[in-house]
Amino acid sequence: MKIGEKSGLKLGQATRDAFGEALKEFGGSHPQVVTVDGDVGNSTRTEVFAEAYPDRAFNVGIAESNLVSVAGGLAACGKTPVVASFACFLLNNAYDQIRMSVAFPALNVKLVGTHAGISIGEDGPSQMGIEDVALARSFPGMTVIVPCDAPSAKKATAAMLTLAGPTYLRLGRPKVPVVYANGCDFEIGKAITVRDGSDVTIIANGLMVAVALDAATDLAAEGVSARVIDMHTAKPIDEEAIIKAARETGAIVVAEEHLAAGGLGSAVAMVVGQTIPVPLAYVNLGDRYAESGDAEGLLEHYGLTAAAICEAVRRVSRR
Amino acid sequence: MTTAAGSGHPTSSLSAVEVVTALYFGGFMRYDVNAPHDPNRDRFILSKGHAVPVLYSAMAEAGYFPVDELMTLRKLGGRLEGHPNMKRLPGIEASTGSLGQGLSFGIGEALACRLDQLDSHVYVMLGDGEIEEGQVWEAFAAGRKYKLANLTAIVDRNGFQQTGATSHVMDMTSVPDKIAAFGWHTQTIEGNDMQAVVDALEKARQVKDQPTAIVSQTRKGFGILPLLEKEGDVNYHGKPLSKELAEQALQLIDSTP
Repeated sequence: MKIGEKSGLKLGQATRDAFGEALKEFGGSHPQVVTVDGDVGNSTRTEVFAEAYPDRAFNVGIAESNLVSVAGGLAACGKTPVVASFACFLLNNAYDQIRMSVAFPALNVKLVGTHAGISIGEDGPSQMGIEDVALARSFPGMTVIVPCDAPSAKKATAAMLTLAGPTYLRLGRPKVPVVYANGCDFEIGKAITVRDGSDVTIIANGLMVAVALDAATDLAAEGVSARVIDMHTAKPIDEEAIIKAARETGAIVVAEEHLAAGGLGSAVAMVVGQTIPVPLAYVNLGDRYAESGDAEGLLEHYGLTAAAICEAVRRVSRR
Repeated sequence: MTTAAGSGHPTSSLSAVEVVTALYFGGFMRYDVNAPHDPNRDRFILSKGHAVPVLYSAMAEAGYFPVDELMTLRKLGGRLEGHPNMKRLPGIEASTGSLGQGLSFGIGEALACRLDQLDSHVYVMLGDGEIEEGQVWEAFAAGRKYKLANLTAIVDRNGFQQTGATSHVMDMTSVPDKIAAFGWHTQTIEGNDMQAVVDALEKARQVKDQPTAIVSQTRKGFGILPLLEKEGDVNYHGKPLSKELAEQALQLIDSTP
């Protein structure tokens, strides 16, 4: 993947791999952690935990509704269940089970959705989670985290397991550039400014953080100083960081590997609109499904690129 | 109480009275109303959550809360919501009402209890319309896989669902055979016959190597059937009795041995 190269970023682990390792590590010292899998543990990487702690790993087969409600029951008895599946199968298939078996009773279930966005590649739209952040945000009391790279994904995993309450962690399939080569201070709900700037702010999460850094590199060559913020927590959103960006830079572009409806862009808009209304522009999948293809090709074809972010910056600066 | 509330599901609740009574007062469930979160307790999940009046009644009689709180059913600000809310009322083990999830939830609880080497038993009551939900069968499959002998599913087979008789809406034929085929020890009983209920629960307790199921053949509205027949609606789903009918119903129940 060439994303991040021009910004000096090196390719690292996929966020799902980082999660798998972090889960096993955390699970070693926290006996209450259990995993519940729906036959995709070797894709979501909960298999790493399962291999180490087989008594605490359950596989209920291809049955996402049962999967989530079983997790609810485990949590009701004091366990910390980690339920991982493909984002689209977990959030879409088991939405009502998340509602009634997890969110409504506010149970300590950790939902993990992998294969987020279109960068999963050739498997195509049926396996792509493109509306999962919107769905996850809709649950009252749900914390929603979208880490951008392996180091922050590890920290996010530990933070999620420590937090009390229902949580959704969004992870991707491909290897991604390392944004935090020197580590990061990860705190749920606190956005990280990965590059400071004064002319415009690009707020992104997941894979789009590295893409945003590439855009900032390109913009700098044009004399535009772009701030890049890794807004890893979609809920609760870091209102302070958004208001500061609006006040200090006057324009915001939100980039995410997600549909236009209901994701990070919506969350940011709600803050901006109610506080310091500044021009907003979005780089996202829009209102469409993708198709099969190679990951880089798909990102290019569907406009999830540094060039698209630069264009959005020009749009939002003209207003 | 549904009459006082002006809404609710009395007939769905009445069919389940014998089973719920046996569980709470027949010595089958170990619980302490003063320690509702004791991990060693047995647990009852009312997956057919709309029948919550029968659960609230048992809980009131047991002493989880004062009997006169029953008249606050469905009232704004009250703890006795229209469907069970585990966050609101200690003693409620699952928040149900969206049919199909309770057995899965029970599996999670049974797994946790076994992990913690607790003696606890989990009982889940489902409706016979409810078993049309696919998730129920996902749960039956998982129960067998994990050999959850500390889990008992009871199907309150009262023959009706919201829009009519189950045989008419979606006839789930050979229900006991189906459940047995999923690997559960299955019994079929006359569910409004207290002795039959007690015998079945006792038998289920003896099974040590499989999850257990009891298909409880019941009559929706059992106890006030002559009244419902007179009203021309033996289903009477999801509606409370009027004040007058409720008076007659209580008299009928009191006068029946």
